[in-house]
Amino acid sequence: MKLTGKLLGLAAAAAMSFAGSAVAADKIKIGVSIPSATHGWAGGLNYHANVAVDRMEELYPNIDMILVTAADASAQANDLEDLVSVHNIDALVILPFESEPLTDPVRMVKQSGAFVTVVDRGLSQEGIEDLYVAGNNPELGRVSAEFMKEKLGGKGDIVVLRGIPTVIDEERVDAFMAGIEGTDIKVLDMKHANWNRDDGFEVMQDFLSRFPKIDAVWAQDDDIAIGVIEAVKQAGREDELFILGGAGMKDIIKRVMDGDRLVPADVLYPPAMIATAIELTTLNYVSNAPVTGRFILGAPLVTPENAENYYFPDSPF
Amino acid sequence: MQTLLRKKASQAGTKALDFKTWGPFLALIALMVLGTALNTSFLSEGNIANILTRCAFIGIIAIGATFVITAGGIDLSVGAMAAVISGVMIILMNALMTVFDSASLIIACGIAASLVLGLLAGAVNGLVTTRGKIEAFIVTLGTMGIFRSLVTYFADGGTLSLDFSIRGAYRPFYYGEVLGIPVPVLVFAVVALAGWVILNRTAFGRHCRAIGSNEAVARYSAVQVNRVKTLTYIVQGLCVSLATIIYVPRLGSASSSTGVLWELEAIAAVIIGGTVLKGGSGRIGGTVIGAIMLTMIGNILNLTDLISNYLNGAVQGVIIIVAVWLQRGGWKNKG
Repeated sequence: MKLTGKLLGLAAAAAMSFAGSAVAADKIKIGVSIPSATHGWAGGLNYHANVAVDRMEELYPNIDMILVTAADASAQANDLEDLVSVHNIDALVILPFESEPLTDPVRMVKQSGAFVTVVDRGLSQEGIEDLYVAGNNPELGRVSAEFMKEKLGGKGDIVVLRGIPTVIDEERVDAFMAGIEGTDIKVLDMKHANWNRDDGFEVMQDFLSRFPKIDAVWAQDDDIAIGVIEAVKQAGREDELFILGGAGMKDIIKRVMDGDRLVPADVLYPPAMIATAIELTTLNYVSNAPVTGRFILGAPLVTPENAENYYFPDSPF
Repeated sequence: MQTLLRKKASQAGTKALDFKTWGPFLALIALMVLGTALNTSFLSEGNIANILTRCAFIGIIAIGATFVITAGGIDLSVGAMAAVISGVMIILMNALMTVFDSASLIIACGIAASLVLGLLAGAVNGLVTTRGKIEAFIVTLGTMGIFRSLVTYFADGGTLSLDFSIRGAYRPFYYGEVLGIPVPVLVFAVVALAGWVILNRTAFGRHCRAIGSNEAVARYSAVQVNRVKTLTYIVQGLCVSLATIIYVPRLGSASSSTGVLWELEAIAAVIIGGTVLKGGSGRIGGTVIGAIMLTMIGNILNLTDLISNYLNGAVQGVIIIVAVWLQRGGWKNKG
């Protein structure tokens, strides 16, 4: 009994000294938690997060950023616990791996008193985050459908390559299907290509041997599009169809810019949105500009006319 | 009575043996019938060529894995190894553009580098396992993590892309044909043939089997256990580098998502083919069929819209288990 009491006292003292040292450092600590670079888009995300963290720390000496990457949802939940208990963060910027399993861990962070910014994937409960920054998945699907309708003249046979089965993929595809409803555009089939080049290549090879006539391909993602391009070239069917990707990968933007007939356009869904979130969160501490609320980026259509504005040759994505 | 029993047992033995040899082949035929039934374009020349070309990567890696597994080992690092070797090849070839003018010279350097890296990576896996006396599972799990992070680091989290001027010259290594046979299929065939000869007709192959069945007995029989085991990992490393040499020209890029889960596919191909996971006997022919089957399942699922996309993994799982069950002849002795 006595021993337990002593131990508790010790723990309390330790906790107090810990809190004291954090105050003494007198720096605003911002934790940034993102998925590790498991596919091209996430690679771009990591790049832009690193660049933004360095830029903010250099610009504002009183800001200290801790960037952690996780390979899956439960690892990310562990990261959040560490950020709160070890680093004692004042604010959190998080791109959740998945919405459901991370809703509660993020709520715990919020309860610790931190400012919470959620990026890209919304939590399953409203009112937890202070700031929500996201690209617009339904808009990506809608803009893609608009382009398809216009380019095909409202009539044709298309194939669709889907991403990793997630909410993001569902939202894009649902909006796309709603967009082409009522037209004579027929979706021959849809298969998952997991936002992956190799899968895109193989799925497209099989579509090509299955369907003798394809007028257009909606690849939804630029990594998939790269694989699709090679498969179409291999089959020698470049002249019969065109490909629409999405995201804004530099290789694809370059093709659009050069007027490649096979890739006439792209729809933007930039991984740099993490930089938007990091900078807005930092603003909350270095200025009196109000930043709480929702910040939804557009999903503009990239065409040969405006491609130059979206071309970043130094980015890895 | 006893003789009768013995006779029966030996008969059952030969029958089971036959099934082990022909089981994978029968399963392949069954799968082809299914594919044709679902979509007639399955048997088209183009589709068959696609399947064979596509399975070459996993197939070549699985030939190496047959040696490792026969000798009682396991290599989990092959997928990550393929990714990091592809990445280094691309970085090197891009850098050499400022040194040499000739694209073929640059490609030759890239290929040489790939072979050296494969050999080194295999040697590391082998030596740490044997000299360090650590289980292969742990060693290669460790190197898997190391290789995977290295490629992410080299690519800065993004994708490494081969310069377009070299890509054109390198393309024939994947897209080219010799006598109407796609190059990757040819490489796969040569590697498989060489693998068969080495495993079945040389002392090294015999030693692999001996170690896999009983390491202690092999050691008492004057087999240089550590050396042979290390060599199996080097063979595996070289197979991985051959696979990357034909992989890189396909899309001209490598990233952290390259070769994810290839290790499991390679191991699955080996086991579907009739090699025993705990070692002692290896079947190169079976491995080839195993690799073709794995690729074929994905292809068939892409050719039909009967099955929900979300169930692809389940279909794959069922077919793999049924294939091995048929081959083991488990359905013959009830109870």
